[in-house]
Amino acid sequence: MSRLDPPRINRRSFLSLASLGSFFAALGTAAAGMLRLPNPAVLPGPVRRFKLGSPEQFSPGSETAFAEQNLVLFRDDEGFYAISSTCTHLGCAVSRSKDGFACPCHGSRFDSKGSVIGGPAPRPLPWLEVSRAANGDLVVNADNEVPEGTRYRV
Amino acid sequence: MAETATREFLHNLHELPHTVKDACFRLGKAPESEREESQATFHNLFLHIHSVRVHVRTLKPTLTFGLGLMATASFVITIITGVLLMVYYKPSTDLAYQSIKDIHFTVSTGRFIRNIHRWSAQLMVLVVLLHMARVFFTASYKKPREFNWLVGLGLLVITLALSFTGYLLPWDQLAYWAITIGSNIANSPRELTDAIGITKFFDPGGFQKRLLLGANYVGQDALIRFYVLHVFVLPLALVTLLGVHFWRIRKDGGLARPEDPMGGIAEWGGERRPVFQPLATKTYGLMALVKGKRPPVNRGPENTVMSWPHLFWAELSVFMVTVAATLILSFYWDAPLKELANPAIPENPAKAPWYFLGIQELVSYSAFTGGLLIPVIVVVGLALIPFLDRRAEGEGIWFGTKSERPIFWQSFFFASAVTVGMLAFTVNYGWLRNWFPNIHQLWIIAINPGSLLVLIFAAWSLFVLKRKDSVRLAAVSLFTCFLVAFTILTYFATVHRGPNWHFYWWPSQWPLH
Repeated sequence: MSRLDPPRINRRSFLSLASLGSFFAALGTAAAGMLRLPNPAVLPGPVRRFKLGSPEQFSPGSETAFAEQNLVLFRDDEGFYAISSTCTHLGCAVSRSKDGFACPCHGSRFDSKGSVIGGPAPRPLPWLEVSRAANGDLVVNADNEVPEGTRYRV
Repeated sequence: MAETATREFLHNLHELPHTVKDACFRLGKAPESEREESQATFHNLFLHIHSVRVHVRTLKPTLTFGLGLMATASFVITIITGVLLMVYYKPSTDLAYQSIKDIHFTVSTGRFIRNIHRWSAQLMVLVVLLHMARVFFTASYKKPREFNWLVGLGLLVITLALSFTGYLLPWDQLAYWAITIGSNIANSPRELTDAIGITKFFDPGGFQKRLLLGANYVGQDALIRFYVLHVFVLPLALVTLLGVHFWRIRKDGGLARPEDPMGGIAEWGGERRPVFQPLATKTYGLMALVKGKRPPVNRGPENTVMSWPHLFWAELSVFMVTVAATLILSFYWDAPLKELANPAIPENPAKAPWYFLGIQELVSYSAFTGGLLIPVIVVVGLALIPFLDRRAEGEGIWFGTKSERPIFWQSFFFASAVTVGMLAFTVNYGWLRNWFPNIHQLWIIAINPGSLLVLIFAAWSLFVLKRKDSVRLAAVSLFTCFLVAFTILTYFATVHRGPNWHFYWWPSQWPLH
């Protein structure tokens, strides 16, 4: 008797094994299905579209940090743009430094356009979509990224 | 008839204290003979996990330093104090911080209980790590104890998970940013899937993060998940595995120790019992019935003593030392509570508790490599040790294999030099991103100070394997390297990392801001 030449099993053993096998297969499937419960079906979360005020409040060449919204709004000669201040490494809030942005948690550094210049961050800070509400206020949608260099002209 | 029943009743009433005592404590007195001592052991639910007799070697304090028991003792303390804290703690983002403040400032003895909970948890992490090192350096993981090594590894992971989920609950600055960082480490496989552009189809990172947070931001769903893990799921898992761990110690024949030599004289234990050769014409079986006077025949002296009282005194003293240490620490040093969680501004620097600072340093090179890949490699590597190093040699002796001590010291100095050198290089010259700002992320995931350390240590271990021709010595060199690197990285991140994770010689040089 070897692994290549297994003993014959009789019908009763075969049926017992088959029923046991199907029982545990069903149990396993049910258990795996139960694991779907902790995976949220709806992702609750605050709306991440922020009204930041009327465009006149921001003079050309200015930059305004919105700490609670985790973004920085810039205005230059070409228009408005907003850069997220959530580090792309592990999600800490970056703060303004001499040469751009610096992360207090693991030392990622970005230039003032959000590009990585040092540290572990895998991606540049995302630029966020800027638009205007019906009443003329500037609106930043923090869930929508736009390519670097995109400006919003008033 | 009625009169006798009344008398019987009064008699029973009179005897009540004795009968209740006899029902609770069957022996009713301190055991005097070895027979009574063994009955005291195996007729008691809490003592019967011990064997009746225990080998004198395993009682020597310098074999184990009582580390495993100390870990158990601190776990028991955290359970008791944890249940007390649950009376006042409220797992809600609005109330959690205030309830911890209440516990600290208002609840009677609340501050002391919370301090004890925190200090015994810290002690547990430290002691579990030392216990693992002890088991490794005494080669106690070898056959038949491989399975128990795996169980112990599971216990280590659960211990770390317990302390991680624990420091999230106060919902202070440390808690909030630790959850943020922790869940983003769970999310960090995205660093890899993003780099090769398959996140859209295959996103294990996002799945893990959703499972932890129950949402796509850190809030109430996350807090309640971590609370359930901390007070129910993880303790239950730990108690279950702990039961298996203890059970296996018994089933594997007690603590690992070298074989007793044939013949000779018992080395310790009060009674020295010489071994004699049996005469072929005599039957010796009956002599085994004589109380405590069994002569060893055809085998070495047993070198065992009764668990009651020897082992139980030892265990009790370890327990008392643990309690005393925890109480003293809790009396003088309060458990920290930072400011209320503020999603706008993290602390600067935002540091994890000490046992995660080594990982935080690695994470500051690459989130995926330092936060997931290297920890997984370490755990898998540790799990493989007893299956790759299978030669029965040196069990139960500190550095018991030939030339193990020199290899330990060589690896110690090698790993110290390499780790310090790597840190010094990184601090002075930066890393790939500083030299080539547009380099592909895959390069940084693959080549960073953390992964290089792992590769260098692996190469060193292979070198030892070739040169010394011993799997055990290769394992010793690798384990020592990782232990040294863990210690140095922890120290480095604790002392020399300041605001924005910059290098400073001392915290007193941190800039004011």
